[in-house]
Order: sequence, then structure tokens, then C-alpha cells
Amino acid sequence: MSTTVRVPTQLRSLTGGLAELQIDGSTVGEILGKIDSEYPGLGERIFDESGALRRFVNVFLADEDVRFLEGLDTPVKENQVLSIVPAVAGGSH
Amino acid sequence: MAFVQSLKCRECHKTYPIEALHVCEFCFGPLEVAYDYEGIAASISREKIASGPPTIWRYADLLPVDGTDYVSLGAGFTPLVKARSLGEELGLPNLWLKNDTVNPTGSFKDRVVSVALSKARELGLKVAACASTGNLANSVAAHAAWAGMESYVFIPANLEKAKIITTSIFGGNLIAIEGNYDDVNRLCAELASEEPTWAFVNVNVRAYYSEGSKTLAFEVAEQLGWKAPDHVIVPVGSGSQLTKIHKGFHELYEVGLLDEEPNVRISGAQAAGCSPVATAFAAGYDYVRPVKPNTIAKSLAIGNPADGFYALDVVRKSGGSFGSVTDEEIIEGMGLLARTEGIFAETAGGVTIATLAKLAKEGIVRPDETVVAYITGNGLKTVEALEDSQGPTYVIKPTLEAFTEVYQSKRSNQ
Repeated sequence: MSTTVRVPTQLRSLTGGLAELQIDGSTVGEILGKIDSEYPGLGERIFDESGALRRFVNVFLADEDVRFLEGLDTPVKENQVLSIVPAVAGGSH
Repeated sequence: MAFVQSLKCRECHKTYPIEALHVCEFCFGPLEVAYDYEGIAASISREKIASGPPTIWRYADLLPVDGTDYVSLGAGFTPLVKARSLGEELGLPNLWLKNDTVNPTGSFKDRVVSVALSKARELGLKVAACASTGNLANSVAAHAAWAGMESYVFIPANLEKAKIITTSIFGGNLIAIEGNYDDVNRLCAELASEEPTWAFVNVNVRAYYSEGSKTLAFEVAEQLGWKAPDHVIVPVGSGSQLTKIHKGFHELYEVGLLDEEPNVRISGAQAAGCSPVATAFAAGYDYVRPVKPNTIAKSLAIGNPADGFYALDVVRKSGGSFGSVTDEEIIEGMGLLARTEGIFAETAGGVTIATLAKLAKEGIVRPDETVVAYITGNGLKTVEALEDSQGPTYVIKPTLEAFTEVYQSKRSNQ
């Protein structure tokens, strides 16, 4: 089963310009790990030294922040889209 | 003026050219404008500022725009008023209010939008866009209308009706999203990747945009006779405004406009229904756990504040504190401010005043301090929040007898 992963502009230099990738995997962590092996260098951009998501990286599964789900252990179902989005502070105060 | 050197990552300090960039390509940390402070110090003076326009642009040397062809509706230089009655009520004899409800579209957002769109025009960007909880929507639509720019404003569909009307009147494209602010923000962050020629004021030109909030510190210092206050209370949504107010006071010292190094305690105000930063402060965490917002203070309803981490750091290092207040307390705060000082603030102002009252009661905001509370948005924008608590004192027939009756009963109750 392959999942569509959306890649932000800032990482597209590592994906040969691709904005969307098709990756197999059953959890968020597994999919993001596979991206790193297919596109070397991408992992260190989204994970810190301890293997957690970097502070300014948000990952959304079916538009829900995975920090509200089970984080990297969140199971991925068929047809769900995974988006990597840089954190941007809000519009307000 | 041309004192801008580069953009610099706050986390890893990698530098970037002055373009529509907001995120470090390596670590995703936020980019900030770096200035030549020595150059600014040589150019700026109290006299030069005093002879400038009564807007944020009197501090142009400390803002990231090169030319003088500003996109401006006249934001800034709003009143700093001594709050005698409110101060008496709260036991704070040196309480001041920065009344930013009187900006052109009724909130402090006019400051940041004026900077963002002035810069956007310099960078050759043609379309103004934003993700907004309302105040920013008003301001972007209005400034884009004035500048003749096309605009796309994205808001959560459940926003207060007044904020929808006061945006759509300016004639741009208003896109209501079925979701909360964090959904809107995520969509805009993704869209900014697809539309690099747009100026998303709080996404890809955010580094410039957020600098506009420094003027909230510049003005307060100038209005206090070139002195920094001892303690400020700032409402917190994303946390950006709070960190920029802190930066603003320090920059004034750095360029020689303040004689003494400022030592301003900075305290943050949040709504209990969306208090991720206040919660992290109370728990002693150095990270902010996102929440799902549920509060009438919609302009502060940001569950995943990306500047939350920095706001936390600034508040802790400055010796300030955080408070959070319930929807009932917010409404009470709005009423208290209106009754004592004649200022009608939006719900975020209720958050600020109610938090100030709480921190004063706890002895955290002290009577010996010169205190400034930032009132950042106009109450007419959020009248819906008050529908159940406000109305006529009496409803009577149009006769003298009817009025005499209620008047006498009122006087006998006094």
C-alpha cells in the first residue's frame, strides 16, 4: 500500500524537485524513515538527534497534526495523505 | 532605510538574502531580519523620530523596508493612556494602557500589515494573502485595497460575523475554510509553497511582517519620555507580538535611544480555552504542547503557536509570568475596562485585563511598577461575545410616569 507524502518547497532540493512522493509503510514513522533511505539527507532535516520530529516541523496525516494522534507510531490507512509542513506562527498576537 | 543586512535563522544562525523566505532551509527554524545597528545608531535620534510622521514609519530606521513608498493607512502612534480608575480598582497606581483599538482597521495588525505589504511591494510580489482569525483579515483586505493589490484572505468559517463583513467590504477574495485556525494556517503554509509570487503576510513574508510589532515597544518608550516600563502585559496567540515587544525595547537601547538598559518584565495573557503557552509555563516545560482551541477569544485561538517556545523563553528570562482566564472572566474584563476607562476592547483585550487583574491580585504585577497593558483590538469586532450579557438597563413606555418610576426605584436602591 503506498501513501502520498507532500513535501514542502524547502525539502524539494532533496527530492529532485518532486512535491509529492509515493511511499509504502504502515505507520508515520516507517514512511518518514523510508523517505530518508530513498532521498538521503531528508531525515536529518525533519528529525533531531534523538530521532524525534524537529521543533519546527509539523507532520499532518489526513490534515490532522500527528502530535494529536500517536505521533510517529500513528497507523496510516489507505488513501490517507501525509503532509510535511514547516511550522509557521499564527496570524494573530 | 537600508540598514537591513540579511535574514538569519533563529535556531542555527544560517543567513539568507532579503527575499520572501520565512523558514530556514536546513533546520526549519524561523528566519529573522538582521540589522546593522551601528549604522542605525549613527542615523537615528529622538529628534528625528519626533519630527517624523505620527505613524509606525517614524521608526523607519528600525523597520525592514528600504524605500519610503509605504503601504500605509496611518497605523501606529496610538494613545498611551494613564488608567487612573482601572489602576485604582486593581491597586496599580502606575498603570498605563496602550490603546491600539484606534488603528485604521481597529487592531494592532495594521502595524504588521503595513510593514509586510510595503516590503512585499519592494520584493515585487503582487498578491496580498493571509491566514487569519479576523483582525489580520480586516487589515490585509484594507491595505491591499488602498495599494491596489489583489488579495486572498483565508479565515475559519466560524469566525465572528462582524469580522467577516468588515473584511469582505474591501472587495478582495475572502475564502472561508471549514476548519479551525490551525487548519487554515496549515493550508496557507502549503499554499505558500505553491504560489511563491504571493505575499502571504504571515507566512512567506512573516520575517518582515512580525517586525512591525516592535513599534508597540518603541511607541510606549517614547510616550513614557524615552523610558522603558517595568512590566508589560501582552495577549498571546502565536507569541510573536510578545517576543517582538521584548526585542523592540532592547533595540532602542542598542541604538542609543534609551539611556539605561531596559529591564522590562514581560507577562503573557491567554484564554483558558486555548492556553498552550501558559500551560507550559505553569508546568515548567520548555516545549509547547498543541491544543484544540475552544474560547470566545478567537483572535487568540491558536492551538499550535510556533513562536510559543520563544514567548516562553522571553517571559521566563524577563522575570514575568503567564495567566489564563475563562470566557466569563474575559467578558468581565471587557466590561471592567469599558466601565473604568471608556475603552471598548475586543475579547483579546478582555483576556489581557482579566489576566492583569489576576496577576495583580497574586502580587506578581506590583503597585511599585510602571505597568503597561496592551489593548490590541476594538470591541466592535466581537460584539457577538457580549450578546447575552449586554442590553438596555430599562425598557419603558414613552411616558414621563414610566421614566419617573424606574428613575425613583433606581435612586432608592442607591
